[in-house]
Amino acid sequence: MTEIRIIVCAKQIPDPEAPLSDVSVDAEKMEVIVDAPQVISPFDENALEAAVQLKEEMGGKITVLSLGKKVSDTVLRKTLAAGADELILLEDDQFEKLDSHSTATALAGAIQKIGDYDLILTGRQAGDWDSGQVGLILGEMLALPCISLARDISVEDGNVVVKKSIPVGYERVKAKMPALVTVSNEVGELRYISRTKMLKMMRGSRSIPSWSAGDLNVTPEALQKMGIAELSSPPDMGRDCQFIEGSSDEQAEKLAAVFQALR
Amino acid sequence: MNDVLILGEVKAGSLDLKTLELLGAGKKLAGDLGGEFSVVLIGDTVSGAADEALPYGPAKVYKLEHPLLQGFKADLWLACLEQACGEINPKILLMSHSFIGMELGPRLACRLNTRLTTDCIDLAIDPKDGLLLRTKPVSGGNAISVFKCPGEPQLATVRGKVFESPEAADGKGEIVEMVPHIDESMIKVESLEIVKEEIVALDKADVVVSGGAGLGEEDGFELLEELREALSKSFGNVMIGCSRVAVDKGWISSDHQVGLTGTMISPDIYVAVGISGAIQHLVGMVHAKKIIAINTDPGCNMFKVADYGVVEDYEEIIPALIEKLEELS
Repeated sequence: MTEIRIIVCAKQIPDPEAPLSDVSVDAEKMEVIVDAPQVISPFDENALEAAVQLKEEMGGKITVLSLGKKVSDTVLRKTLAAGADELILLEDDQFEKLDSHSTATALAGAIQKIGDYDLILTGRQAGDWDSGQVGLILGEMLALPCISLARDISVEDGNVVVKKSIPVGYERVKAKMPALVTVSNEVGELRYISRTKMLKMMRGSRSIPSWSAGDLNVTPEALQKMGIAELSSPPDMGRDCQFIEGSSDEQAEKLAAVFQALR
Repeated sequence: MNDVLILGEVKAGSLDLKTLELLGAGKKLAGDLGGEFSVVLIGDTVSGAADEALPYGPAKVYKLEHPLLQGFKADLWLACLEQACGEINPKILLMSHSFIGMELGPRLACRLNTRLTTDCIDLAIDPKDGLLLRTKPVSGGNAISVFKCPGEPQLATVRGKVFESPEAADGKGEIVEMVPHIDESMIKVESLEIVKEEIVALDKADVVVSGGAGLGEEDGFELLEELREALSKSFGNVMIGCSRVAVDKGWISSDHQVGLTGTMISPDIYVAVGISGAIQHLVGMVHAKKIIAINTDPGCNMFKVADYGVVEDYEEIIPALIEKLEELS
């Protein structure tokens, strides 16, 4: 079987699993402030896992693209430790707070610069803005077959075969490569990376290329900001939790009484 | 005047519930604009659904019928929708945030070079410039953002259960047939088969017993299943839910997943076992009438939104709880 060339688009975001208390909204600056470590957006990690599985099966090359005003290569080097062969950061002051269309424009520029590929994988949506647009817009821009919400991806004779989630179960679909697939979490979480492997990759002297808007032939006019008119905190979700104390037997008895009262 | 256009979805020959809600949204926006709203329906046979839509007051119901449009093939639907937008030229186009809208929305936005906002929970017209204000939860529900974007049609996908369907009355609208310009060569993604699975309809549950990473292993769900059975003796529909992590780990299928990218639910009782409470999970269950949390970490998010909390290992408390419930029933 021929080797496969996969491009994975991975976004760096503040940890979406951060506790409520670490998140605040600056309504004036219209920014969500998250006091949490930067991570790779969860569905993008699922996309990388799908890519690594395909590479293990067929051999080939995985290139990870990550776009932002400033991307931390220490966060993104995890992708190399997990099995990616190449990491390219797309960094430019103009890449701040881009709308989905503009983000896809810049990614399309990078992908055209890379040239050859069989598959582009993205997460179904990013864990910060939850928009779910960039992958599919990118596919349209590159005039590729687009498949969304993949839970399983395989390759047969130059075609990608995907199990995509639909409301009644799943649909098995097929498209000629190159193609774009957005990946959902059923694919499975990104494999465990040992601490030693991670540290080795972090301390590695390997230099990570960084491309600017100019390198991608993207004009400033093509890069539009998200049109945010207003940003606010959501209504308070908190309740007064009544903790049930005692031995587990006592706790069970009290909890059973709670259920009894709710009947 | 075609100010607001709605993409309707047809299920078993009838308009689905989300389409009726969209009609409510469309009617409201058209009213604010002092204009009219219309509906577009795409499929192999949509005539019955078109007749159903008229009493809700659209000015026009556009039908694009074609034998190739049996089942949802995104490539063909997209071509139809692009064609319809070109001919109708709406200021605003609304779709459900369904699997159909989630796929068509971004791709259509690209083709028409306009901007889309997904999963909106409110829509309004800015009185200053007549543009669509699109309200959407962001950061997994940590913030609410209002977007206003250039380009026409102004595109939004709309979350279910936020708008009410309008009263049906005597509609004076007309049905307009459009001939779809499609052929098989447009299908880039071929459907091989549809595999139906037994899907858990979590939104119909009265009680949900839900497990997350804190279960530690797949077998934890067996214990939850025993609790589910015990509770079934006292409550109506008791179902098993889970967090996204449990699906990621392959412990349980994704139809059980509660939260932003799973099912949004508001049961009478939600029992969260070993779920720390990531925001994207909390937004999916925080409207439950009563929330009971079981977790070993007293500082976790779930206790902040719970009515009752038990700080204990679930393997200790749940067998004991099942025993007590059996005694009481």
